Parts: sequence; structure tokens; C-alpha cells
Amino acid sequence: METIIQGKAYVLGKNIDTDQIIPAEHLVYSLSDPEEVVLYGKYALSGVPPEQGGLPEGNILFIDEGSCHSNYTIIIAGPNFGCGSSREHAPFALKVAGVKAIVAESYARIFYRNCVDGGFAIPYETAEQLNQVIKTGDELKIDVESNTIENLTSKITYKLNPLGDVFKIVEAGGIFAYARQENLMPQA
Amino acid sequence: MAQTITQKILSKAANRKFVDVGESVWLNVDILLTHDVCGPPTFDIFKQEFGADAKVWDPKKVVVLPDHYIFTANEHAHRNIDLLRQFAKEQGLEHYYDVGSDRYKGVCHVALAEEGFNLPGTVLFGTDSHTCTSGAFGMFGTGIGNTDAAFILGTGKLWEKVPESILFTFDGKMPAYLTAKDLILQILGDITTDGATYRAMEFDGEAIFSLPMEERMTLTNMAIEAGGMNGIIAADTIAESYVKARSQKPYEIFHSDPDARYHSKYRYNVSELEPVVAQPHSPDNRATVRSVQGTKITKSYIGSCTGGKLTDFVMAAKILKGQKVSVTTNIVPATVKVARDLETEFYDGQSLKQIFEDAGCSIALPSCAACLGGPSDTVGRSVDNDVVVSTTNRNFPGRMGSKHAGVYLASPLTAAASAITGKLTDPRDFL
Repeated sequence: METIIQGKAYVLGKNIDTDQIIPAEHLVYSLSDPEEVVLYGKYALSGVPPEQGGLPEGNILFIDEGSCHSNYTIIIAGPNFGCGSSREHAPFALKVAGVKAIVAESYARIFYRNCVDGGFAIPYETAEQLNQVIKTGDELKIDVESNTIENLTSKITYKLNPLGDVFKIVEAGGIFAYARQENLMPQA
Repeated sequence: MAQTITQKILSKAANRKFVDVGESVWLNVDILLTHDVCGPPTFDIFKQEFGADAKVWDPKKVVVLPDHYIFTANEHAHRNIDLLRQFAKEQGLEHYYDVGSDRYKGVCHVALAEEGFNLPGTVLFGTDSHTCTSGAFGMFGTGIGNTDAAFILGTGKLWEKVPESILFTFDGKMPAYLTAKDLILQILGDITTDGATYRAMEFDGEAIFSLPMEERMTLTNMAIEAGGMNGIIAADTIAESYVKARSQKPYEIFHSDPDARYHSKYRYNVSELEPVVAQPHSPDNRATVRSVQGTKITKSYIGSCTGGKLTDFVMAAKILKGQKVSVTTNIVPATVKVARDLETEFYDGQSLKQIFEDAGCSIALPSCAACLGGPSDTVGRSVDNDVVVSTTNRNFPGRMGSKHAGVYLASPLTAAASAITGKLTDPRDFL
């Protein structure tokens, strides 16, 4: 796995539910056909009300018109990120858009599990209200080994909560890779 | 060591005498549930990881209930049904309920109960967040994603972190104007949408055990709206008679030990509670109906796994009998069985169906329909700046379709009373 994740921040508020991450009308596309997979990138975060997207300013598009890929690599959010439905299409859509890590104050359980077990994006928790101090577009650097996130724009470093129990699944790249590694299922 | 009911069920599924709160354990799964939105990608992952010719761990334990995007012209949605059909055939899944056949059931969480899949003491995982509904039967039920479901398909097992429990006790006798929906919205207002994250929500008390199974399911259904891993009510004689009428399978009833440890405990007297709504745009944005009475609405929606069961329609019919609705009112029975019951269940000499038709409601075919918006041709989908009063479970921005619409979550009594006046209305005005 990558030990350094660097890229631009996209900042959101609290209780970002899975309907905002990928609205239900888009759940019909295939998650394996490459031509349809890109549509998940195109519509990632398209359910967020415009004024609440790209804080603190708001009205900043996560995906530019006509694109399927985002300029932002790290999502910064408040508490209860990914609440609502169980759709794995949500972390999948963020991954297709190019998101590698999410840093939120807390997560809803199913979204968190999906991120970890599906190996989509690393769901970091932090005790700090980073969505109050980091601005959309700031250049960030996450150090996976030291559990820190540095804002290269403001030159301030913050602590991330260690991933704990799930680190070994994240490190392996998901539940299948982990289960094979631990001989919980036959090798591929 | 003392355990809660949730710990005891997970202990059994882990082949252990005791599991401690916070530890991650591997569980043997009794039933895996999936539907048309998450089934196809789950089957893809299963084949990718276990091989194109792999067989599921136990075809009798996989239940496939298409329900989300059924009555739509959307071709991608149709393709998903085809993929379910194909997988069920090649795997020999006897519990597949095909669209367009007389086996079609409707909304999975309600159909699971009707078809006898809910058994006290068992473990159910489903690719839908409202899988927690089944906890009304004294069992463990929780939602998962496609990857976890694919892992279960191949192995029959999944890891889970044993949750702490929060106990909610409701004392007193339920007044006629109060419903399970009001109780869960009350709780949501108190503990907020992440108040039970990674925790079990356990319900007990005289008022709970007086409720029919359908009402208990409304409570456990919305445990996920507080972030709960599961909602649970110990099985009693009402639960047992419901189960025995639908299944011959063995089951085991568990109760929390009197000295079991809880994260926290809440106690309510139902005689002190009143009808409430969750205002836009969050299920915890509680207000008494009286405090927002008069707010204009453009639609009333009575349906879904939360509010589309027979008991929900009986309540709505009590209010709508002999009245006319003044806004578009969608009646969406959760299942084919509920739809049939609308014709055979009578209130005050009239069938529920007749009462709704006379009142000017439109009755839709059973599915999840507009609860989650759905494809653009979905019945009841909100448009533009709609203001909807709805018996469904979520009102985050855009949930029922339009990003600009506002949704008030309410009981079927409140949704029916408001449909008549075109404004949010306390059902006591009509009872």
C-alpha cells in the first residue's frame, strides 16, 4: 500500500449520507463494465447541495462538467460520514473519481466497513474538526506510518486516529486479500 | 459473565459461550439477503474472488428479493433483474422471487417476515441498511456492502465487532394517536443520527410488548437512522405465534441478563409522548406535529419497509375514511401480500382499498418506489420544491428524488391527516 497520500482537499460538512455521495437513480450502472464504471466517477458527490460542496466557500464542483475524475484526492468531512444506505456504490464512486483517503470525525458503520473490506479509500478518523480549518483546494499529505496529515498550504500538521484492528485489512487491500493472507479462504 | 441479547446471539453464531463488547468475531451466517440494486455487483465480486464456476456456500440460505427498481422503463434496472434471474438459476437458489411472476413479493424486509425467514436467535446479513428491521423478531440483523456479501456467499461467514447496547424502555399503554414511528422519531431527536453508531439498540417495556410485529418492525427498521448496527426486541408470545404461522424451522429465544452491561439506558412513558415529525433534512430533526402544524405540503406518501405494512394502512384508513385528500397522496403497499390485504381488510364496513380510492389517493404497485427516489419514472418521486409528508425512513437532501424538495418523516396517522388538510396536521384533530 502507499505510505504517503498526497493531493488536494475537498471539504464537506456533517452527516454526508450515501444518497449525497451517489444518488439512488445512478445505482443501475454496472460496477464491472469499464464503460459504465466511469459514470460512478461522473456522478460522485452529485447529490450534495451545491452550496455545501467545497467548503468553506461552497459551490465548488467536485467533478468538473463533462469529467469523470476529480481534481481532489482527499475528502475532509465532519461527523457521521457515509450514513444512510448500505450501497457500496458510494465508496466505489469516490474511488473511481480518484479519492484515496477520507478524513472525517466519524463514520457510519456500513460505509466504514465497505471502505475497508472493499479496499476503496482509507477511512481515517480524527478528533479534530478539520473541516473547520482545512479549505477546499489545500494541498494535503497523509503519512500512513505516523498517522498524521499535514496541510502543506498552511504548514500545520494534525494527528489521525490509528486505524487499529482494521489496519491489517487496509494494508492487505481488502477483506479477500486479508482472508487469503490469514488462510481463512483458499488462495486465488 | 452477563450478556445482552445481542451478545448472546453473536456468541451462538461464533460457537462461543461469551463474546465481549468491542471484540471482532467471525460469525456463521444463517441467512444472506440481497436485492436488485446490490445483488448483481455482489455476484460479480463472488465470481471474481471464488471463480466463475464457484457455488454459493448454501443455496438454501440465500434469499434474493428484487424490490428497488421494479416498475420502471429504465433498461439498466431491467438488466439488473436479468442478472439476478440468471444467478439464481445457475446456483439453484430456491428463495428467488422473480419479478413478473406470481412469486414476486415486494419490499425485502417485509417479505422476509411474511415468508418466515425471520427466526429468533438467528443471524441475518443483508445488502441493505434496513436489514436491521428483522431484529423485531429477537434476532440479529444488519446491513453490509457488496464485498462483505460476496465473502459470505463464498464462505458462509463474516467478521463483526460485538456492539455495546443502548436500552430503550417504553412504559405505559400506547394511546390511539401514538405509533411506533413516533417512538423512533422521538429517540432519533434525543440521540441524533449517530447516537447509536456501531451499537445495538434494544427496545423493551410494556408499550413495546403490546405492539403487533409490524409496529415493532417500524422501531427496529429505523435503528440504522441513529447509526445502529442492529435494533432488537426479545421474542415474546406475539412474536412466536407470528413465526410459527409461517415457519416450521427451529429457533431459540434469548433474553438479556438482568445484570448485562449497557452503554446507556433511556426510559419513556408513552402517555407523555405526542405525535412528532422529523423535519427536513435529517431524521433527527424532530418537532412535535403541533409545533409545525399548518406547514403547507404538496404530497403525502404512505409506503416503504418502514411505513407500508398492513398496520400502517389500517391506521391511515381510520383517518381517511369518509374524507377527501387535498394533495397527491400515494399509497404504496410494501408487498403483494399487503396489497391483497388492502382488499380484504375492512374498517367500519369498507375495505381499506375502497377507503383510499374514495378519499382520492392513488394506489401503486408494491416496491420500494419513491422512498429512495429511484429512476425518473418512479411513482411518487419528488420533483422541484415538493414538500412531502412521508411514512418512509430518510429525509436527507434528495432522498425522495429532487434535491430541492423537503421531506417530513411522520407516522401514517400524521401523513393521512396532513393529506386531508394539505398542511401538517396532528392526527388527534381527526381521531
